[in-house]
Amino acid sequence: MSTDSNYYVPEPSKLPVLMALALGTMALGAGMWVRDEGFGVLAVGFLIMSAVMYVWFSTVIKENMAGMTNPQVKRSFVWGMSWFIFSEVMFFAVFFSALFYIRTLSLPWLGGEGDKSDMINLVWPGFQAEWPLMVNPDQVVGGEKFIGPHENMGFPGWGKLFGWLPLWNTIILLTSSVTVHFAHHAMKHNNRSKFNLWLAITVLLGAIFLVVQYVEYHEAYVEMGLTLSSGIYGTTFFMLTGFHGFHVTLGTFMLFVQLIRGFKGHFGADDQFGFEATSWYWHFVDVVWLGLFIFVYVLG
Amino acid sequence: MAYGPEKGIGRWLFSTNHKDIGTMYLWFSFAMFLLGGFFAMVIRAELFEPGMQIVNPEFFNQMTTMHGLVMVFGAIMPSFVGLANWLIPMQIGAPDMALPRLNNLSFWILPFGFTLLASTLFMEGGAPNFGWTFYAPLSTTYAPSTVNFFIFGVHIIGASSIMGSINIIATVLNLRAPGMTLMKMPLFVWTWLITAFLLVAVMPVLAGTVTMMLMDINFGTSFFDAAGGGDPVLFQHVFWFFGHPEVYIIILPAFGVVSAVIPTFSRKPLFGYSSMVYATSAIAFLSFIVWAHHMFTVGMPLAGELYFMYATMLIAVPTGVKVFNWITTMFRGSLTFETPMLYAIAFIILFTIGGFTGLMMAMAPVDIQYHDTYFIVSHFHYVMVAGAVFAMTSGIYYWLPKWTGKMYNEAMGKAQFWVSFIGFNIAFFPQHFLGLAGMPRRYADYSLQFAEWNMVSSIGAFMYGAAQLFFLYNVISTIIAGKPAPQEKTWEGAEGLEWTLSSPPPYHSFTTPPQVK
Ligand code: HEM
Ligand SMILES: [Cu+2]
Repeated sequence: MSTDSNYYVPEPSKLPVLMALALGTMALGAGMWVRDEGFGVLAVGFLIMSAVMYVWFSTVIKENMAGMTNPQVKRSFVWGMSWFIFSEVMFFAVFFSALFYIRTLSLPWLGGEGDKSDMINLVWPGFQAEWPLMVNPDQVVGGEKFIGPHENMGFPGWGKLFGWLPLWNTIILLTSSVTVHFAHHAMKHNNRSKFNLWLAITVLLGAIFLVVQYVEYHEAYVEMGLTLSSGIYGTTFFMLTGFHGFHVTLGTFMLFVQLIRGFKGHFGADDQFGFEATSWYWHFVDVVWLGLFIFVYVLG
Repeated sequence: MAYGPEKGIGRWLFSTNHKDIGTMYLWFSFAMFLLGGFFAMVIRAELFEPGMQIVNPEFFNQMTTMHGLVMVFGAIMPSFVGLANWLIPMQIGAPDMALPRLNNLSFWILPFGFTLLASTLFMEGGAPNFGWTFYAPLSTTYAPSTVNFFIFGVHIIGASSIMGSINIIATVLNLRAPGMTLMKMPLFVWTWLITAFLLVAVMPVLAGTVTMMLMDINFGTSFFDAAGGGDPVLFQHVFWFFGHPEVYIIILPAFGVVSAVIPTFSRKPLFGYSSMVYATSAIAFLSFIVWAHHMFTVGMPLAGELYFMYATMLIAVPTGVKVFNWITTMFRGSLTFETPMLYAIAFIILFTIGGFTGLMMAMAPVDIQYHDTYFIVSHFHYVMVAGAVFAMTSGIYYWLPKWTGKMYNEAMGKAQFWVSFIGFNIAFFPQHFLGLAGMPRRYADYSLQFAEWNMVSSIGAFMYGAAQLFFLYNVISTIIAGKPAPQEKTWEGAEGLEWTLSSPPPYHSFTTPPQVK
């Protein structure tokens, strides 16, 4: 809490307002895109955003290397990153909660449990609640909007254990959390080549994870009839794993950037915040995966 | 950090200064306040008499929706962020906010977000028309396609809130002057610290909620569609899990302002500082576990009704602690009634009325009668307008001399207060009667028996609206032509680090941190 020396207040900067412009453009563009009005605006916004972020992060790195930041400034970054990750936790929490609510409360109600059953049975006569939900209420009454999958992602039985992709992905991601830790350890002992090596392995593991997930999604769409629109099971499955996959993509990219910085000779035994923040993010993504593995796959 | 303000527009566009950014937040929120106020005037003009006169029902729905959204996300929330920007560094003895560039980003997202939102009014299909609570399936299956712009607008506005809050937390935790322990922080700083925590916790939930809508609308998912095994009630759960903490996000900084103003004009320290801190924390905690009191009529199991009923009533305990604290602070103080104090006292009285109607609605069996009537409308205007907005106005009158070095005209301030106060009560008190008599909210027309009170309410609303233009006049004339504020002791009883700085304060608040005893 105390002030070590003068706190660094950056000079006026063009970056924030440009970033806001980029985000505004992207919001407009994304809206247009989902309304089938082309993705040009979205792409422009994305390009501006990428450019601004590149310059912004470069600026911060330069300031740090020029010694303008002091430990107190760094503490602000630590708080900033920690609370950012907390906000991400809450983002995932709402999707997990939706899953729990549907599985344990609303789906059984739809299937006729509880004291409102008389009415619900009138709306969806004959609907059976089960999880994973393979036959949607709509189908029971002859609708075709939501066609359930013919296979699901749940535990396939011990016999098929080793062909079960999520298990492999769990192993990959857990390993990557360890390797990123090794990289950290190496940097703390100023061992650059080891740092680069372990970090490169981590990036590679992240990429493999994404490939496996791609294979899995492909199987789901092509072979299992499991899609975003195959009812609530497909909905929760793809939204949870999809957002996680998106975060893995982001995390892998961030780690990759740190790797380039490693090659460039950035960081030191006690100056590695950019990398550390990224590794916290990575561990966070890992923990989310464990939740997914348990609640979406094993118990799914 | 020797630089001074830049020349011209660059000072605002490229700012990294907490005061300039605070100023922008305040002016932006006031602009939104006028925009939202204009929508409200359209609503009240239509409801002046039964029958359809000015707008069609479709447009009426757009007005109520946009009014709510603009007021909550555009006026009240940014105004308190503006206040936080101005005051927190000065109150904790810091040079600026912890992350100044992020600070400017948080601000500049808002004009883009709200331009996008407001522009839907001119698009085909019209603006969002499903109410500020945007319940599915109204906001999904039956929504105009502009809902997509609403969704992405909410995304970036939410991002702005999260970044702003992270900044506030980092500032408070990391930039306090030596000696300023947590339990020595001014209550405004405390309430904002907790508010920022609430924001970081629930804005992502809102983002998740609108994302589910987006997917349901455009990508065939079935979160809120029972035909695919989802549940429209899920929408209400996730929305109110955000929504109830949101109302405390709105009111907690207001508590902070009132806790600064009341002691000053009572010339006594706050009656119980630590109990205020604990009460604020307790309210924040409880706000996470009461959300379904907005859903008593949705068909929850009995156990749910009971639990949410009792849990909601618990909030009255820490809230009561606060109200008693303010009253006991005034008790046997040497009171004077300058404009900020008038607003603060009005806050206590009117907010308490709103709290009491809240308690009435917290009783599940009777809420079945109140729900979705004008009684609700009245309740939340008592807490959000007479609560948050009155506190905000109080804060502006209170700190304006500090910010500008100029004193507002006391007679004009008081006059403005009374027009506001009387107008507000004429507008909203009768809505209690309307609601109890069964007038539903969000309709463009009503049955004849409600005619009298609606006309009264509209007259009060116009009066209150006019008072806000009067307020604008007061602020501008102070800035342009106000008498210089006394350098020593603008307010005789005011305590706190911000009063140790000159008026107006230096560009970088505390370049060397003061020592706090
Ligand atoms: C003692 C504290 C409070 C209690 C017990 C309480 C209780 C309630 C209840 C039960 C409802 C739902 C009524 C219904 O829809 O049938 C409600 C609605 C509402 N309350 Fe409160 N409340 C309290 C304080 C506040 C505060 C401080 C704010 C904001 C600053 C607030 C803002 C709102 C809003 C905006 C709504 C209506 C939402 C909507 O449906 O549009 N309340 N309150
Ligand atoms: Cu509530």
